[in-house]
Amino acid sequence: MPKRRDTLKNPEQELRIFRVRSLLAVFVVIVLTGLLVGRLGYLQIVQHDLYSTRSEKNRVRVEPLPPNRGLIYDRNGALLAENRPTYNLTLVRERVDSLEDTLALLVELLELPEEEIEAFNIRSRQRQRPFQPALLMSDLSEEQIARLAINRHRLPGVEVEAQLLRYYPDAEMMVHALGYVGRINAEELQTLDTGRYAGTHFIGKTGVERFYESELHGQAGLRKVETNARGRVLRELGRTDPVPGANLTLTLDRSLQMLAYELLEGRRGSIVAIVPRTGEILAMVSTPGFDSNQFVTGIDVASFRALQEDIDLPLFNRAIRGHYPPGSTIKPFLALAGLVEGVITPDSTINDPGFYQLPNDSRRYRNWLRWGHGRVDMERSIAVSNNTYYYSLAHDLGIDRLHDQMSNFGFGQRVAHDVQGESTGLMPSRDWKRARFNQPWYPGETLSVGIGQGYWQITPLQLASATAALANRGHWVKPRLALRIGEDPVPLELPDTLPDIDLANENWWDRVFNGMEKVLTGSEGTARRTGVGLEYRMGGKSGTAQVFSLGQDQRYNAEELEERLRDHSLFMAFAPLEEPEIAVSVIVENAGGGSTHAARMARAMTDAWLLKEAAPEADEVKEVLEEDNGRVEGN
Amino acid sequence: MMPLQLLMRSWRGHPVRPPDSGIARRKSIWERIHIDPWLVGLLLALMAGGLLVLYSASGQRIEVVIAQAMRFGLALVGMFVLAQFSPTTFLRWAPLAYGAGLAMLVAVEIAGDIGMGAKRWLEIPGVIRFQPSEMMKLAVPLMVAAYLNRCQLPPRLRDIAVCALIIGVPVVLTAIQPDLGTSLLMAGAALIVVLLAGLSWRLISLVVALVVAGLPLLWMNMHNYQRQRVLTFLDPESDPLGSGWNIIQSTTAIGSGGLWGKGWLEGTQSQLEFLPERHTDFIIAVLGEEFGLVGMLLLLLLYVMIVGRGLWLAAASQDTFGRLVAGSIILTFFIYVFVNVGMVSGILPVVGVPLPLVSYGGTSSVTLLAGFGILMSIHAHRRLLPR
Repeated sequence: MPKRRDTLKNPEQELRIFRVRSLLAVFVVIVLTGLLVGRLGYLQIVQHDLYSTRSEKNRVRVEPLPPNRGLIYDRNGALLAENRPTYNLTLVRERVDSLEDTLALLVELLELPEEEIEAFNIRSRQRQRPFQPALLMSDLSEEQIARLAINRHRLPGVEVEAQLLRYYPDAEMMVHALGYVGRINAEELQTLDTGRYAGTHFIGKTGVERFYESELHGQAGLRKVETNARGRVLRELGRTDPVPGANLTLTLDRSLQMLAYELLEGRRGSIVAIVPRTGEILAMVSTPGFDSNQFVTGIDVASFRALQEDIDLPLFNRAIRGHYPPGSTIKPFLALAGLVEGVITPDSTINDPGFYQLPNDSRRYRNWLRWGHGRVDMERSIAVSNNTYYYSLAHDLGIDRLHDQMSNFGFGQRVAHDVQGESTGLMPSRDWKRARFNQPWYPGETLSVGIGQGYWQITPLQLASATAALANRGHWVKPRLALRIGEDPVPLELPDTLPDIDLANENWWDRVFNGMEKVLTGSEGTARRTGVGLEYRMGGKSGTAQVFSLGQDQRYNAEELEERLRDHSLFMAFAPLEEPEIAVSVIVENAGGGSTHAARMARAMTDAWLLKEAAPEADEVKEVLEEDNGRVEGN
Repeated sequence: MMPLQLLMRSWRGHPVRPPDSGIARRKSIWERIHIDPWLVGLLLALMAGGLLVLYSASGQRIEVVIAQAMRFGLALVGMFVLAQFSPTTFLRWAPLAYGAGLAMLVAVEIAGDIGMGAKRWLEIPGVIRFQPSEMMKLAVPLMVAAYLNRCQLPPRLRDIAVCALIIGVPVVLTAIQPDLGTSLLMAGAALIVVLLAGLSWRLISLVVALVVAGLPLLWMNMHNYQRQRVLTFLDPESDPLGSGWNIIQSTTAIGSGGLWGKGWLEGTQSQLEFLPERHTDFIIAVLGEEFGLVGMLLLLLLYVMIVGRGLWLAAASQDTFGRLVAGSIILTFFIYVFVNVGMVSGILPVVGVPLPLVSYGGTSSVTLLAGFGILMSIHAHRRLLPR
């Protein structure tokens, strides 16, 4: 059979077929090559820009460089808030061989307590961008860092990263003035400029840290890095350095602040001190305080609940949000209101039988001294804290003028320039009562307001500010906490400052001051024992505020109940009389014993500021207070 | 009598080589050593360029380049040796090589070494590691050409059926390893022989129609990773970090190269390891990124010139066996190039086809240069007739 085929083979025809077919093959080769050339041209010429961008995106990663937060100093350069390096544990899932084994090893190495393991595991599973480190734990101890370092080879993908963390050296005494920073939460994230905050984890939550957030924060920088496919940074391609936040110099005086804190330690209360001429807040204390550093690293639930449920309310900033009836401390302001409105003159007098009666009303409004002070002029009314004089004055002014005049001293409104979260207090008026209770104003209520009771509520900051304005002879300078932002001083004149208070006769200021001096030095002065041994001229006014009721949800035992129903002790003061350098307000909750506690503390503050080293220490003052216990002075 | 023995005896009695002619012209030095200088020159240029790209693609590891160069050297020696044999030898040995290859493919199926999820390797431990399917890429077309050499051309239906059997068995054995890429190339090389022999157009149309109709059947019998490749080819963006990664990164590499490229060793896609398989199957993406369209066109030009020269040599061959074998070898070479470049640039699905003489790897270089050795043998042993 094969033989037969051989004979039929036709080489000529076979060659012809082959030639045709190979020509066809050449044609196919040309077409297919053309196809490839077309495809390459499309990729490399037409789509070049697209793929260039893609290739750049592959290799270049932009990493944010968070700026260092500005430091905060007191007026003398003492550091109040600093940035400390701390060490965080991070994990890149893509580089971890076995997540379970790694986590188990970490739990063992770090000696994590049972209850934290769960949270730890959850954090490790939080989905990030590929190759982005997830934060497992912050603020590692030295020992933990050492253990991790020794076992590094067993922990691929686990890194210990250094990070600057806010630290407050004097947290408890400073917290209500400074505020603190905390982790940026989801709500804040929505309103933040993400470019500026790239790489920043913390933001000011309260106080100065919040008010000056934009100045303290600075501007984030950028680092362009080249990475390989496994996300490893190979080199830096370019960088824009971050602009660090401005350092802040506060008006606070650390030693005065510390004195105020020590005076109040163990009690609930507040002390605010202001330089009248400049509005500089020297001290602003609310006790009890708390350790704000816990909030920086993230406070655990149990500690936070303990703080929240503490009946002494350590989280509550009494200095700016505490509402207290001012009591007699506002009598000098009312006297000034009477002078401005022409209702009284410094020499006009009343006769005090021990009570006051409204026309056509049989009800007697009593002076604190049952048998009365007899003939009382303005200076004496302040010195002895006569009530009848002020019932009369308030009645003559009427609630409308009284409200307007007291508003000029800043009551019922926010007075400071840069105090975050300041409360307005409450300055009652006809309109307010109508809106609040839908009731008309009764004349008897004016009398209550006239002695600082009734609806009137002030904050310690307001009382200090009003005192400073008074000491400044009616010239308002807005109280402020910042002295300098970076190198720029905060100007003396600030917008929205209250108008000055003008008296018909400049000397009348001295008459009011005289009355206030007699509080401390006069033979009838309500704080005359506090004024013993004064080395400079000082004016002040005592006050007590009655506690009417307690919060319904608060439970006290009998002893506590008795303690918490005692009067609040208040005092406002300034010194020296001729050229005032400091104005103080003191409120001690449930101190009892009239205004003694507050007066002694106010004196300790002015002593410290004016006499410097010669002033008595906090301990000495507290000893005197112990001796005072049980003796009632002033009201 | 066994048909195979029958075939072999008849060939022995029919010498292909004619008696020497007295009026033959003087042979040149190249003709004496049976080497085509043009083809060898082009191949050496290709290999040199390939080593240059390999240095960059391997992450600048000179030892990889040296290893590759030594393989090239060995393969060139093999090519030179094969070129010394006369085509008659190949004609005689084709059935034996084919039979042995078939036996080894069966052996692989039974006792093969598993690598990369497929049984491809035959190993006598410590002695040799061998991929029989690679050898069959040459043996199958040789066998088909040898068979058709005996038939009257264009082939009749009976002959085609025999060819289909010769091709089908090893192709199926390779495909079930599974090594779809090699089996398709093997089938392609052998089919080219049949096409060049003059397969009728009616039959070609019929086969194409059958293949199209059989595609769903093929799909159903494919392994998951093979299906994934096809799906990825149709839409790489569907799984950009998984199976689409290769093709996205390779087109990105090529596209970002632009006209002139980023410069040798400067390709970020390749040097920063975004490009997978960059020194083997995807090496042309490195070239495209670092040398741009200009580099790509130069490379394609080199390939086209090699194919052109090869076809010229095939056409100059004076007997059917030589023509068919030479044509098949050179067109298969082109298919390699087209499939590889097409796959890396994203117009063909990803199949494991290396770029001839550029991709890192020994086996394919040896097979390819062996093919060129046979090609040169066919050319050098023409009857030299006067003009």
